Amino acid sequence: MAVSSAKALEVERLRADFAVFDELVNGKPVAYLDSASSTQKPRQVLDAMREFYEHSYANVHRGVYTLAERATEGYEGAREKVRAYINAPSNREVIFTRSATEALNLIAYSWGLENLGAGDVVVITELEHHANFVPWQFIAKKTGAQFAHIPIDDAGELQLDALDEIAARGNVKVVANNLVSNTLGTINPVEKLAVWAHEHGAIMVVDAAQAAPHRHIDVQALGCDFLAFSSHKVCGPSGAGALWGRRELLDAMQPFNFGGEMIRSVSLERTSWNELPYKFEAGTPAIAEAYGFGVALDYVSEIGLDAIEAHEHELVVHAMEQLAEIPGVRIFGPPADRRTGIVSFEVANVHPHDVAQILNWEGVAVRAGHHCTQPLMTRLGVAATTRASFYLYSTHEEIDRLVAGLLKVKETFGA
Amino acid sequence: MSELEQMYREVILDHYKNPRGHGALDPADATAEGQNPLCGDEVTIFVRFGEDGETIDDVGFEGRGCAISQAATSMLTELVKGRTASEVASLPKEDLLEEIGIPLTPIRLKCAILGLGVLKVALHRAKGTPLPPEWQGLADDLTI
Ligand SMILES: Cc1ncc(COP(=O)(O)O)c(C=O)c1O
Repeated sequence: MAVSSAKALEVERLRADFAVFDELVNGKPVAYLDSASSTQKPRQVLDAMREFYEHSYANVHRGVYTLAERATEGYEGAREKVRAYINAPSNREVIFTRSATEALNLIAYSWGLENLGAGDVVVITELEHHANFVPWQFIAKKTGAQFAHIPIDDAGELQLDALDEIAARGNVKVVANNLVSNTLGTINPVEKLAVWAHEHGAIMVVDAAQAAPHRHIDVQALGCDFLAFSSHKVCGPSGAGALWGRRELLDAMQPFNFGGEMIRSVSLERTSWNELPYKFEAGTPAIAEAYGFGVALDYVSEIGLDAIEAHEHELVVHAMEQLAEIPGVRIFGPPADRRTGIVSFEVANVHPHDVAQILNWEGVAVRAGHHCTQPLMTRLGVAATTRASFYLYSTHEEIDRLVAGLLKVKETFGA
Repeated sequence: MSELEQMYREVILDHYKNPRGHGALDPADATAEGQNPLCGDEVTIFVRFGEDGETIDDVGFEGRGCAISQAATSMLTELVKGRTASEVASLPKEDLLEEIGIPLTPIRLKCAILGLGVLKVALHRAKGTPLPPEWQGLADDLTI
């Protein structure tokens, strides 16, 4: 994928939206290479949230006064932005949650507890984030369902030829997979899995936490039944996330949380639920955060997801070329054209914590650890990796600083 | 000395590369394992008591982790050998930190004291020595 130099110039312009890049860390400008964990926030989002609080804030869906109307408009406007961003058929199918994690737990509890039992099979993958792994493991144990995983090959790609054997174990009821792996960056064949799931009468749950910030998402084209992502990974505030689900499924499900807002009527004898999406939004939601989430989606949409994807691709190619030249550095996962802007690697004989610590002294921020994918770490035969991840504001120069920092790591450890 | 040179000073790297007390003891009189949930690092500690059943005769460890956690556990084995179970149960972490002798951020502090916590849990289980609240989280088994 070729990216014109005009695009590179635009990155410099975009960086001006992020005050954090003026920040010095250990006397050096910060090279923030941990966007897969959480992205930095542009002025546009921060200003809009402040403006919202100062001019349009009250609780939502409750008051008849002007401020409450404005707040409700802002909140529901954000819901429409989420709907459009993922091309969902209806905004009644878009539920605001606290995060992708909460969205995935909502599905596992509200759908899983009712629909799973002995003889059923829950299918996840070896490269799932714990947020789309542990809830299913827990619910499978609780309901007596089997918990099966799709293994990966040495390049970090799902081995779909294992599917037949998995199907032979019982009634496949749910397949849950991340569209993009947060540790390896692998772009997973979710469309194929959705077809397979439906052939077996199962639902397809997509964790798009690492995909939605970086590429076009179209829930209808993916053919999935549920999809979850978080605001804070797409330039929005933390504390907000979204769940999309197919209407028929959401309608048939029981609520996840109970309380205000999610009811139609309550009496001593019985309570009836509110309509979608409110049935799943008990209590006062993260109002300004949801609003900021919507502004963030506007921000990245305006830049263009194609441009973001192309930019990240160029960065990941550069990073993988540079890292491959350092003796003792081993990169995990697929080739650049099969992944997003994420590179996990190890430095021989140096633990990732030590790598990240030394890089921090150079002002380079990377993640060291298991990245909430311990089964994947086990598969790779390591306890942890060092991970660099990029976003629309990342630059070649930051990657060059990462590389220079790694030489320092090797020198320190005599490795 | 720069901060970097201080943290990875020679003695740390030496303990990391040539850990003392490395390896399982079989049989062992006391053992426990612990993880650092932040990074998945693991340490397992093995203890053998002398004839009085109190004095730590030998201590070994297995595990994987960063230079700080591994070097600290290596230093710990030297620090506690010859002491009694109850002495070690009440050993303040500052004693170990003094031994390590480097500035640590709160996150790296967890790496440095992982081995000490696991040892306290092992002694608590084998000898019933008190386990102060600070270390109790390590002893909990909350497997689903
Ligand atoms: C693939 C994947 N799924 C789920 C999550 C959970 O997202 P959150 O922590 O925002 O709920 C993450 C975030 O780390 C992720 O990378």
